[in-house]
Amino acid sequence: MEEKTISNSRRCYKQWLWFMVLFMSFSVIYVDAVWPMPQMISSSMARYTLNPREFIFQYSSGSSAQPGCSLLDSAFERYYPLIFTDYRHDEWFRFPFTVVVHVERAECEGYPDADSSESYKLSVCSGQAALRAETVWGALRGLESFSQLVYQDDFGEYFVNETEIEDFPRFQFRGILLDTSRHYLPLHAILKTLDAMSYNKFNVFHWHIVDDPSFPYQSSTFPDLSSKGAFHPLTHVYTQIDVKRVIAHARLRGIRVLAEFDSPGHTQSWGKGQPGLLTPCYKGTVPSGTFGPVNPANSSSYQFMTRLFKEVTSVFPDSYVHLGGDEVDFTCWKSNPDVRGFMLKMGFGTDYTKLESYYMENMVNITKGLNKTAIVWQDVFDYHEKLCCSSLSVVEVWKGGCYLCEVRRVTKAGLRVVLASPWYLDQPGPTHDWARYYTVWPLAFKGTEQQKTLVIGGEVCMWGEYVDATNLSPRLWPRASAAGERLWSDEKMTSSVIDAFPRLVDFRCRLLRRGIQAEPLFVGHCRHEYQGI
Amino acid sequence: MFATLKFAALLLAVVVCWATQDYDYNDAEIDEEPTLGDSPYGSLWPLPQKVQISTVVFKLSGASFHIFDAKASSSGASCRLLQNAYRRYDEYIFTSSRKQGQNKSKKALASDMSELQVWITSADSECDSYPSVTSDESYKLSVDSPVAVLKAPKVWGALRGLETFSQLVYKDEYGAKSINRTDIHDFPRFAHRGLLLDTSRHFLPIKVILANLEAMAWNKFNVFHWHIVDDPSFPYLSRTFPQLSQHGAYHPYTHVYTPSDVKMIIEFARLRGIRVVPEFDTPGHTQSWGKGQKDLLTPCYSGASPSGSFGPVNPMLNTTYDFMSMFFKEVNTVFPDAYVHLGGDEVDFSCWKSNPDIQKFMEQQGFGMDYSKLESFYIQRLLDIVTTTNKGYMIWQEVFDNGVKLKSDTVVHVWMGNKVEEELQKVTEAGFTTILSAPWYLDYISYGQDWQKFYRAEPLSFKGTDAQKKLVIGGEACLWGEYVDATNLTPRLWPRASAVGERLWSDRDVRDLNDAYSRLAKHRCRMVQRGIPAEPLFTGYCAHEYKGV
Repeated sequence: MEEKTISNSRRCYKQWLWFMVLFMSFSVIYVDAVWPMPQMISSSMARYTLNPREFIFQYSSGSSAQPGCSLLDSAFERYYPLIFTDYRHDEWFRFPFTVVVHVERAECEGYPDADSSESYKLSVCSGQAALRAETVWGALRGLESFSQLVYQDDFGEYFVNETEIEDFPRFQFRGILLDTSRHYLPLHAILKTLDAMSYNKFNVFHWHIVDDPSFPYQSSTFPDLSSKGAFHPLTHVYTQIDVKRVIAHARLRGIRVLAEFDSPGHTQSWGKGQPGLLTPCYKGTVPSGTFGPVNPANSSSYQFMTRLFKEVTSVFPDSYVHLGGDEVDFTCWKSNPDVRGFMLKMGFGTDYTKLESYYMENMVNITKGLNKTAIVWQDVFDYHEKLCCSSLSVVEVWKGGCYLCEVRRVTKAGLRVVLASPWYLDQPGPTHDWARYYTVWPLAFKGTEQQKTLVIGGEVCMWGEYVDATNLSPRLWPRASAAGERLWSDEKMTSSVIDAFPRLVDFRCRLLRRGIQAEPLFVGHCRHEYQGI
Repeated sequence: MFATLKFAALLLAVVVCWATQDYDYNDAEIDEEPTLGDSPYGSLWPLPQKVQISTVVFKLSGASFHIFDAKASSSGASCRLLQNAYRRYDEYIFTSSRKQGQNKSKKALASDMSELQVWITSADSECDSYPSVTSDESYKLSVDSPVAVLKAPKVWGALRGLETFSQLVYKDEYGAKSINRTDIHDFPRFAHRGLLLDTSRHFLPIKVILANLEAMAWNKFNVFHWHIVDDPSFPYLSRTFPQLSQHGAYHPYTHVYTPSDVKMIIEFARLRGIRVVPEFDTPGHTQSWGKGQKDLLTPCYSGASPSGSFGPVNPMLNTTYDFMSMFFKEVNTVFPDAYVHLGGDEVDFSCWKSNPDIQKFMEQQGFGMDYSKLESFYIQRLLDIVTTTNKGYMIWQEVFDNGVKLKSDTVVHVWMGNKVEEELQKVTEAGFTTILSAPWYLDYISYGQDWQKFYRAEPLSFKGTDAQKKLVIGGEACLWGEYVDATNLTPRLWPRASAVGERLWSDRDVRDLNDAYSRLAKHRCRMVQRGIPAEPLFTGYCAHEYKGV
């Protein structure tokens, strides 16, 4: 009680003394509590009691966002129970506390996008925390940080320490890929992942929505695609309402939804509902009955794609769309006489990479016509490199080996890069290899400053061969958190695995407390263990 | 009823399908195509010893179908174990359909099956006993219209048969519950089919343990090896020594197993025909014991002075044996199983070596510098103590390897990955019964379908006489807790442990991976539908995906 009284009598000065530098491990004080690590944080031993009954969020008078800002109003609703995980009735003390939020530009009904600012400043002092951000997206990040500063002592009382934070992301694109084709993920599994993403300050949900095994996206233009291509036409599809719900849930958490409709390969399931789209493979002079990639020799293929992407780009508001373009198997194209005839006509000789490039260029042009920026997997760049690259803009690097060599090549060609290679989390491995995902240095390649700015971010990939709703969460978290810090935080401040370990252990317990099924890093316990099965 | 039985017997006589792909399609009474899928055995897991499935299909109506005691059964309404099981399996079989009431309006057709009669044939059903290593788990199941009959000498076989029956039921294309005319004669290949869970490295909430006992029953496992305490924590709340968990658990109230928790787990397991074998591992792996029991552990020395850290149990003090004696007396009363696992693995000698008192003791005893003799000294005294409580014991292989004198009925637990066959050969040559875990450390994970690796393992591939092979009484899948807690335990276990389950239950010749894959994929979907988050084997889907988070 003594200490509280002292703290409360204290005033918060602008010229506040930053007498405790970060990285000093005080077990009593939770200065390192925020994950991912803010760019600048300092805090003191002074701590303030929070009383759930007298805690409020407020808009500052000068803020351009005011009550009625749906995005922040609902964030306040969300963060209150996240901060006060078990609500106790304490009648005997009065410690009013206000989080005052100030936003420069209110885009309360908008969607986060590639150039949205996420920076914020947070200053916690007696009775008040001031959160200032340029945009509502920054305010969301700041609320998350604030919620992580609050902790409970052994008697269940809530505290927050005097703290100053100035924060902004290192990379603008911080994504997680979920694959809903190899296994169907029920909506609640996706929404839950979005929740956990926001706790880790991820801001892009890369929805690898369709692929060879199934086509769960219910298209309003081509309903046959899912009615014939999904695992089940009713129970294993995402309706337009489902998709809207995912986008809305993501928006409220400052997360972009980047849809991927991968072609011309990885499209077996498309063929079931769209006859004539895929290339018929031949055995000698007769069709074998099997099908290959999308048929690039038919103009009808492009007409179909134009209509599909017209729908896709109107359903998904993000300015990016992912076109895939990876792992195209040429054997079926080679077997088909019409495709061979087309090759001859186009003067491609026997170089099928030219055919793929031709196809992808058409696809990129279709999306350009729809005012969207196309992302493609690195395969497209690798084929294109020899030709031209004017039409490409963002390349996702995914192959193993010397991935930084590839990053260097792509940026040298003046294209933007999203790096995924080091973060293929579907490969399970013992959990303690979280460090593998932490000790990644995305800019450690030889290149100009200009080249480095072209690396716009990275992405965690959770491919679905062995993953569905039964094991998704523990396989993602907290290993994805390691990547999350790498993509958000300053590299120098977060280069040590040894420093990160205890912070991540605490953070994973916090995730558990919030109902996220995050697996353990090593032997130990959380005060509140996971209560599901 | 007897007419149908006779017909079934006739069928059995014609073709006895011994775990092969062919089965009798030439039935005169084909009225519907079977919708069993790719494997002729549908979703049966583990595969019964003798199974014959006909193409004749009966419908089960949720409104009229019931599981009853047969009139001649030695067990009746007073047998809580079976009554409980009937209700459980009725729920499993009719999960979604009864809620929808889709069959209520339909009158039962003549060819429908209206009941499953459960007939315990021996005079003592063992309804109120605990299962043991000698429990009879055999059963015969005859599915026919209008009555299916499950015959078993004891309740344990009836439990296994009920599970099998529930696995025979499937939905036809219109969603109606269906079952094919089937004859099964089944019994386990090995008597000890265990699963080890580690509640010390991470505390596992009761709910998680119960859910996995449930899943064990679906896979016909019958031993829960409870590695309850170890270095990191001591969650077992001892009535005699409450300070052990008070100081040694992660948290004295939220991270402990109280006597009533333990009781509940044992009873829950019993109702599913599962033994609970607790492991109190000593003299190593005991760091957490030292927190609540002063002077139990050996003080380690740094040069001439104590370093402040502690090693294994102190084997030279009489107080150690007094403590163990009282402690195992309690264990004996709390855990009804005839066996207790005493551990004895991975004893680090460096601390003993550093301690001058131990050095002196070694000299007095004439052990020279051979610290394994000291270990033997400890273990032998411990075994004597446990023997007085009339418990049998299991020990990890090192105890045998180190030449400790063992009681003839000791079970040696083989776990080390190298020279497994040689070890089995040696242990059985010495006349000891043994169980195998070496190929089944499920805490090791790798990319892809590693269930196949667990499935391929064969416990009896070592060189030895038939008598030696008989001494291999089974095996255990181990899920050590370094990286496992409530968040990831269940999907990591299932369906990978199921592969071990079939290896230990089914005939040695059941090893066709394609057939197993098809059955296991369906079996895992069934586990998911029953509420267990069993992870997928590969790309694909279940009609009912996991509804949890």
